Amino acid sequence: MNIAWYLPVSAIIFAIGAAGVVARRNPLVVLLCLELMLNGGNLALIAFARMWGNGDGQVLALIVMTVAACEVAIGLGMIVALYRRRIPVDVDELRELRG
Amino acid sequence: MAAFVFFVAAIGAIAGALGVVLLRDAFFSVLSLVAHLLSLAVLFLLLYAELIAAVQVVVYAGAVMVLYVFVVAYIGGEDESLSERLRGSGPVGQGLRAGAVVVGVALFTELVIAMLGTGLSAIHDRGAPYSPGPRTFGTPAYIGKLLLTRFLLAFEIASFLLLVAAVGAVVLAGRIATGRTADQERGAAA
Repeated sequence: MNIAWYLPVSAIIFAIGAAGVVARRNPLVVLLCLELMLNGGNLALIAFARMWGNGDGQVLALIVMTVAACEVAIGLGMIVALYRRRIPVDVDELRELRG
Repeated sequence: MAAFVFFVAAIGAIAGALGVVLLRDAFFSVLSLVAHLLSLAVLFLLLYAELIAAVQVVVYAGAVMVLYVFVVAYIGGEDESLSERLRGSGPVGQGLRAGAVVVGVALFTELVIAMLGTGLSAIHDRGAPYSPGPRTFGTPAYIGKLLLTRFLLAFEIASFLLLVAAVGAVVLAGRIATGRTADQERGAAA
């Protein structure tokens, strides 16, 4: 299997995620689309690790997954805090960063 | 055989990604992302990244997605669908339609140009021979050794980052400053 085939797949996933971040309004779905973008990057990293026969890309992909887990924890915590303060959970309404 | 598995998994991953963006209900978006992650784990296995594929299925599709499902169930994420929103009149619908499509297509074009323009000779190849041998590449022992030797600093920083994120999430989603939870306050107000 040619390594070159994996890169368009990762580019398509990344582009879909970026379009979703711009277009969706629910912050939960925006976080999901951020996950898509990180996964696209991960796929490219692992494809390049296979291409060079070197494990560095795989370690970097693991670190990216850790950072994604941190981002999910903080993002979901913020969304729950918004909901508890009865602020509308909608990125169009959250134009200002005041509490 | 590898080509067949690759195309099935790649179509699954792209379809899952499209489902995340296009589905109306946030709950179905999360389920679609789980399907996407499982397909991606198959692609990782094809690339001999055994440990990453296992972590992807157990940690990502298992633990992190359960967190999403709980928050969606707590908040009840209703959202108008993307197609309705794009068809909507007014500056918001127009700007979004233009903006999202332009961002997506521009990013994809740019990435393809970057890939074609790199001139990487090995890109049309089946990959270099593995440095430690095919039986050890991507195994937990191999990745663990790299994490604890060459990438020890990154490993420690990642663990500290996880600690900070866990504490931050508890502080953010925990009690409000009055000492009572928001649910109690809501009950008192009602």
